[in-house]
Amino acid sequence: MNHSHATDKLMVELRDLNKWYGEFHVLKNINLEVKQGEKIVICGPSGSGKSTMIRCINHLEEHQKGDIIVNDIPLNEDIKNIEAIRKDVGMVFQHFNLFPHLTVLENCVLAPIWVKKMPRKEAEAQAMELLERVKIPDQALKYPGQLSGGQQQRVAIARSLCMNPDVMLFDEPTSALDPEMIKEVLDVMIELANEGMTMLCVTHEMGFAKTVADRVIFMDGGQIVEENEPHEFFNNPQHERTQLFLSQILQH
Amino acid sequence: MSSDISNSGHKPDGGSAPQSAPPLSKPKFWNDPKKRSLLFQILLLTALGFVFYTIIENTLTNLEQRGMTTGFDFLSREAGFGIAMSLIDYTEASSYGMTFIVGLLNTILIAVMGIIAATILGFILGVARLSDNWLIAKFSALYIEVFRNIPLLLQIFFWYYAVLRTLPAPRQSIEFLGSFLNNRGLIVPAPVPEDGFGLVIMGFFGAIVASWFIARWSRKRQELTGQQFPVILTSIGLIVGVPLLLFLFSGLPLGLDHPELKGFNFKGGITVIPELMALWLALSIYTAAFIAETVRAGILAVSHGQTEAATALGMSKAKTLRLIVIPQAMRVVIPPLTSQYLNLTKNSSLATAIGYPDLVNVFAGTTLNQTGQAIEVIAMTMAVYLTLSLLTSFFMNWYNARIQLTER
Amino acid sequence: MKYEIQPTLPPPSSMIGVVGWLRKNLFNGPTNSVATIVVGYFLISFLVPTIQWIFIDSDWVGTSRDACTSGGACWVFIANRLDQFLYGFYPETEHWRPQLAFIIMIGSIIWLVLPQTPKKGLVAILLLVVYPIIAYFLLYGDVFGLPQVETHLWGGLTLTLVLAVVGIVASLPLGIVLALGRQSDMPIVKSVCVTFIEIWRGVPLITVLFMASVMLPLFFPEGMSFDKLLRALIGITLFQSAYMAEVIRGGLQAIPKGQYEAADALGLGYWQKMILVIMPQALKLMIPGIVNTFIALFKDTSLVLIIGLFDVLAIGQAANQDPDWIGYSTESYLFIALLFWVFCFSMSRYSQHLEKKLHTGHGNRA
Repeated sequence: MNHSHATDKLMVELRDLNKWYGEFHVLKNINLEVKQGEKIVICGPSGSGKSTMIRCINHLEEHQKGDIIVNDIPLNEDIKNIEAIRKDVGMVFQHFNLFPHLTVLENCVLAPIWVKKMPRKEAEAQAMELLERVKIPDQALKYPGQLSGGQQQRVAIARSLCMNPDVMLFDEPTSALDPEMIKEVLDVMIELANEGMTMLCVTHEMGFAKTVADRVIFMDGGQIVEENEPHEFFNNPQHERTQLFLSQILQH
Repeated sequence: MSSDISNSGHKPDGGSAPQSAPPLSKPKFWNDPKKRSLLFQILLLTALGFVFYTIIENTLTNLEQRGMTTGFDFLSREAGFGIAMSLIDYTEASSYGMTFIVGLLNTILIAVMGIIAATILGFILGVARLSDNWLIAKFSALYIEVFRNIPLLLQIFFWYYAVLRTLPAPRQSIEFLGSFLNNRGLIVPAPVPEDGFGLVIMGFFGAIVASWFIARWSRKRQELTGQQFPVILTSIGLIVGVPLLLFLFSGLPLGLDHPELKGFNFKGGITVIPELMALWLALSIYTAAFIAETVRAGILAVSHGQTEAATALGMSKAKTLRLIVIPQAMRVVIPPLTSQYLNLTKNSSLATAIGYPDLVNVFAGTTLNQTGQAIEVIAMTMAVYLTLSLLTSFFMNWYNARIQLTER
Repeated sequence: MKYEIQPTLPPPSSMIGVVGWLRKNLFNGPTNSVATIVVGYFLISFLVPTIQWIFIDSDWVGTSRDACTSGGACWVFIANRLDQFLYGFYPETEHWRPQLAFIIMIGSIIWLVLPQTPKKGLVAILLLVVYPIIAYFLLYGDVFGLPQVETHLWGGLTLTLVLAVVGIVASLPLGIVLALGRQSDMPIVKSVCVTFIEIWRGVPLITVLFMASVMLPLFFPEGMSFDKLLRALIGITLFQSAYMAEVIRGGLQAIPKGQYEAADALGLGYWQKMILVIMPQALKLMIPGIVNTFIALFKDTSLVLIIGLFDVLAIGQAANQDPDWIGYSTESYLFIALLFWVFCFSMSRYSQHLEKKLHTGHGNRA
């Protein structure tokens, strides 16, 4: 059973979002509202546009039509707004994307020091605290190449948290991991959810969706097909496409 | 332990006593790999020894028959020929040992000049090759594909014979900014320091020291308070500004020795001979194409995910480049870059084809012809290049080992 | 909430077509627009006169410099000396011999490069082993009633190709031996090979050529004389074999350890393992590297003019000195540059294509 932290404040708002890759229409009229403290799980077949959608939120991808508003800041051409939004939004990638030339600790303090202009001592203290929360403080002085995949992904989560984000985006955080490492990453994510973080997770971990999600969104062909609270979504899917997808994914 | 088990398994009668094992027959010595390789190596050594012995024997006989001397005594004999360009005092009365030094210095000069120019040009082209501006990217690609597929010697000849040697004679020199360009080379005014110029030089070095302290102070302050300071801009400002201000306020204490046309040639100023210019142009342009490719490969080796992660953390484009992309790209770029530098230095030996007085030209060319001591001269020349390349490979091994320490 | 299939719409017009392309590639942002205009201006102001000089204002037909009156490039000069550029001083009645040798070579290379032709291995062996012998007798003559053509008459592009092809073919076996030696467990063999490779790789080709032309005669007993071309070829081969050895070593190292172990486990001896299992796989990986060293060698053959051989560049230099044609050196350099460029560029494209193919091949296997 999950206990919702959602408040009334809108954290992320997508209105009539449209995006094209060349001639290809990847996102079609996406409308989505995420309240503060809400946890959203987004699933769907590959190529359905789910990653593209969350990558639009921190402007890693450019959208062509529609509005994106994050924490009351509209995402437009203004570079100041883009930078402000990126400071508020943390992101965790499928392939971790840790900086291989820096130690774990340096990975974590880089952005606080250079973007938030935090004193190094303070940044390091905060980083150590967060590394403790993801349960790898003893690896702080190692290089990413010396860690396992699960450890790397936990460092990546700590690195994002070092910027004190208001929203966390997870882009398939466990799909590049070996099965025995998935749990250690999910545990960290669940803990984060329980602390009230606003989260948008693209993932196929349906167990995670059932435990923490306030809403599950199913995307296909560049649009949102179905949106429901987890119990209803899994037990009583409305659309044929959703049923088919769920039957495939829950088979194994 | 596994061997114990399998041994007893193979022998059901239980006798684990060593004498029950089949006697180890000694292999025939040519079937014993150790002896075989020893024999082979002895044979190889003998053969090599024989080859060297024959070569030395033949050479000695040949030299004797031609009445040629051996040994390095010739290095102290008078050379008796002039050299068009020398960085140190050299006259016809200097020794062959001096020709070696003059040639070596000229080789180092062209190598350093070429390395600086090729690096700047190569980095610009390598980055331009990846520009999102179509025109700039295609222009850079065109440059790279054209210049790296044409022999360097041809490019040297082109610049020398088709461009620089067809310039007008000294009397019709092309004049710009007090300099003169003609078929004898580029003649620029020579700076003559006057009283007070020492102050400017001191100001310059003072500014460098000050920049170093500012960099240290700003790093400390950032660690403590998080405030950033534009170190690079300030340093550039100081290093350029301080000497410039001192120069202006101390009454421009630098005279210029202007070149003047006297008769058929110029007197005064500094002459850059056309051989040097042609070689410099060709070496820089040719090597820049290869450096551009290594730079491009280095940047591409930094995966897109790295930039994305930095961007997602809120870092600006400039900071992403400085803190994430460049440090990683340089690790990939530096080893091939060093070998390009080595190639450029070795290629500078083509100087001899247009008569730039480098090591090969004055030493392996003129000196060899005059003394006839081919073996000593060529061995010394080769030793110079060999030393350089060994130093380079030591550096690369050291660098790669260091990188592996910090990354894995 | 009812789900309905949203229509697929075309992208906004600013994204597609000529306008979209221009916006995306040339004018995205003010800095880029300025850069486009500046670079474009310089390109046009350089390219237009150059093209005009080369193609439009140029003279193509005639027999002497009097034909060159238009103020552009004088291609008449090149046309009149084309035979020399291609064949050097090879007697005119015998030009069919280098032509035939060239055609056989190009034919078999095309056979090897095309993807669908059968019996590539056989053709490759013929090209590497039989062809050099045929080409030698064809060019040198003195057999089957062919008149002898001394090597000092060889020149131009023919000589350039002879130097490059012999250099690569002869250095291949030597390179294989050196590479295997460098990987050997036998310390003496290993250090002999390492020393040999590092010495040749450490010095410029020009000193090697000097050495071959000045020192080589001293090394052999009196009365044993070498032709100048042969001396250059020996120098080039020694030099090239060191580079070849490094390419081959790269290929050998790229073969997974499991392949060596599997061959050992099957009870194959060292040479069986190398010839039957390792080399066939490694050779495929080496081809791009071999092509790249061939390009480098092909460009480097121009250095032989320093020791007095008449390769295509030396012929050009000599032609530029001809008092009847003085002042047209740019034309001859451009022509020679074009010859080299066509060979080198097509080879480098081929090797890039192979590398790409190999890379995807690896990806699929992994």
